[in-house]
Amino acid sequence: MTDLDTAPHTAVALRGGHLPRYAPAIAGIVAIAAGALIGITVHWNLAGIAILAALLYIVGLTIWSRLVENARRATDRLVTALVWVALSLAFIPLFSLLYETVSKGAGAINGKFLTWTMRNVIDAPGGIYHAIVGTLLITLAATVIAVPVGLLSAIYLVEYGGPSRLARWIRFLVDVMTGIPSIVAGLFAYALFSLIIGPGTQFGIGGGVALSLLMIPIVVRSTEEMLKLVPHDLREASYALGVPKWKTIVKVVLPTAMAGIITGVTLAIARVIGETAPLLIICGSTDSLNTNLFHGQMASLPVFIYTSYTQAGANPEILQNMAWGAALVLIVIVMVLNILARVAGRFFAPKTGH
Amino acid sequence: MSNVQTKTGSPKRRLGDLVFANLTLAAGVLILIALAGVAIFLTVEGAPALGAGSSDLSGHSNFLTYVAPLVFGTLLAAFIALLIALPLSLGVALAVSHFAPRRVAVLIGYVVDLLAAVPSVVYGLWGILVLGPRLIPVYAWLSTHASWIPFFGGTPSNTGRTILTASIVLAIMIIPIITAITREIFSQTPRLNEEAALALGATRWEMVRLAVLPYGRSGIVSAAMLGLGRALGETMAVALVLSASGVVTFHLISSTNPSTIAANIALTFADASGVQRNALIASGLVLFLITFIVHFSARAIVARSEPGSK
Repeated sequence: MTDLDTAPHTAVALRGGHLPRYAPAIAGIVAIAAGALIGITVHWNLAGIAILAALLYIVGLTIWSRLVENARRATDRLVTALVWVALSLAFIPLFSLLYETVSKGAGAINGKFLTWTMRNVIDAPGGIYHAIVGTLLITLAATVIAVPVGLLSAIYLVEYGGPSRLARWIRFLVDVMTGIPSIVAGLFAYALFSLIIGPGTQFGIGGGVALSLLMIPIVVRSTEEMLKLVPHDLREASYALGVPKWKTIVKVVLPTAMAGIITGVTLAIARVIGETAPLLIICGSTDSLNTNLFHGQMASLPVFIYTSYTQAGANPEILQNMAWGAALVLIVIVMVLNILARVAGRFFAPKTGH
Repeated sequence: MSNVQTKTGSPKRRLGDLVFANLTLAAGVLILIALAGVAIFLTVEGAPALGAGSSDLSGHSNFLTYVAPLVFGTLLAAFIALLIALPLSLGVALAVSHFAPRRVAVLIGYVVDLLAAVPSVVYGLWGILVLGPRLIPVYAWLSTHASWIPFFGGTPSNTGRTILTASIVLAIMIIPIITAITREIFSQTPRLNEEAALALGATRWEMVRLAVLPYGRSGIVSAAMLGLGRALGETMAVALVLSASGVVTFHLISSTNPSTIAANIALTFADASGVQRNALIASGLVLFLITFIVHFSARAIVARSEPGSK
C-alpha cells in the first residue's frame, strides 16, 4: 500500500491511444486525393473514382484506428464510415435526378410551353397547358371527394368510435388502404365506371375517384392525429356551457386542429398530384384542352411525361425535351405544395390570445 | 355496431347530434365499402379472363400461365429493390437518429422528404434516360468477368433497360418509406437504455447494437414489408425502365427480362380491347391480393408490437 502514490508514474497510461478529433476529415481528404490520383492515371470516370475513394476511406480509417486505438473502436469507426457512405449513396440519385431535370427541363420552359396545347402540333415543340389544366381539375375532383369523407371518418374515429370494434377495423383497414398500388386504384375506377356507364369509359372524374381512393387514407390518418391532440379540457368546457356535441366538434375541436388538418390535406394533394398509373388507365390522354371532367379523355402532367417518352414519334428529341420540361413543372408544383403545407400550418394555427 | 353511442350522457338526444354522428359513421363505413368495392369490382370485371383463350392472353393457354411469369417478375424486382434499399435506409435512419449532429440530421430529414416527393414518372424518366445508359458499361463488365454467377448470365443488355436497373430505381423510391419508419422507431429508443450502454463503456456502435437495434427490430421488419409492398405495386418506373419480354429468368442484366404485373398493365392497357382488358384487370386483382397480404402482415406486426412494447 505504500507505493500507492507512486503507482501513477510506473503504471501504463490509463487512456489508450486515440485518434485526433479531426481524424475522419483527414482520412476523407486523403482518400479522395488518392482515389482521384489513381482514378485519373487509369482513366476512370467520376463514379469509379467516387467508389474507390469511399472504399479507401472505409478501409484506411478502420486500419488506422485498429493500429492506434483498439479493435472495438476500429469497429465503431467502420460502422460510422459505413453509415455515412450509405447516406451519400442514397442521396446521389436524388441530386443527379434534380440536376438532370433542372438542366434539361429549364430550357424547354417558356411562355409558349406553358400556354399552348399539343393540338395539331406535329414534330415541333408545343405546350403543356392542357396537361396542367387536366392535372389541376382531376386533383381538385379528388380533393373534393376525399376531404369530406376523410375528415368525417377521422371525426368518427376520434369523437364517436373510440375503442369500438368497428372503429378498430376502420383504423386497421385505412392503414392497409395506404398500401393499395396506385394502378389498382385506377383499375378499380375503370371497372366501376365500366359497369355503371359502359365498357371502356374514360373521363376525368374517374381519375378523381381513383386518386381520392389514394388520398382518403392519408387524410384520415393525419386528421386523426390532429384531432387527438386537441385537449379534452376544451371539449369539456364547451359541454359545460351546454353546447351540443356536434356543435362542439364543429366550432371548438375542428378550428383548434385546423392548422394540422390543412397541412395534412395539402401533403395528401402533393402526394397524389404526381400519380401516373391510375390516370393512364381511367383518363387516357389527349392532345387538346378538355375542361369537362365528365366527358372525354383528359390529359394530365404525369401522363403527358409518360406518353412523350413512349410515343415520341419521328423526332424523339423534341418530345423528350418537353417531357423534361413537364417533369420540372410537376416537381415545382409538388415542392410548392409541400412548402405551402408548412406555411399553412403556421398561418392557420389557432390564435392563443396571449 | 349499427348504432353510435354518444358520450355526452344528455338524456334527450338532439337532432343535430344524431345527424352529425351518423354522418361521420357513414363516412367511416364508406371507406370499408370502398375497400370491399375494390375487391368486388376487380373480381366482376376480371372474371371473364378465366375463360379466355390464347388470343386474348398474349399466347398463353389459360389465365394462370399468363399471370405466373408476371407474378415472378413482380416479386423478383421488388425483392432485389428491398435488398438494395434496406441497408441504405438503415444507414440513413441511423445517421439521422444517432450519428449525425442535430442540425445535420434535420437537413438530412428534409432531403429524405424531397426524395419522397418526386413523382414516380420522373424517377422512370431519370432511370431510362440517365441511369440506364450509365449502367451499360457496368453490365458489359459484369457479363465478361462475373458471368459465372448465375444472376449475371445471359447476353448483357445494350440499352441498360434491365430488371436490375428497374430494381435500383425502385430501391431509390422505397428508401424514404423505410427510412421514415425506422428513424421514427430508432429515435424512440428509451434514453435510459442508451445511456446505460454508454455508461458501461460501449462505443457508439456497441450502444446502437445493444440498445437501438433490439428495440427497433419489429419496426425494421414492418418497415421493410411496407417498402416491399410499395415496390410490388410501383408501376411507372418499371414500365418506363424495363425492356420486358415476359420470360422467367434469374438473369438480372440480360436483354430479356421478366415483366411485372403493374408495368404490364400500364404498357398494354391502352391498346388492349375486350377480354384482353378483363385479363389485365384480373392480373390487377392478383397484384392487389399480393400487396394486401404484405401490408396486412406488416400492419399486424406493428399493431402487435405497439402497445407496451419492451
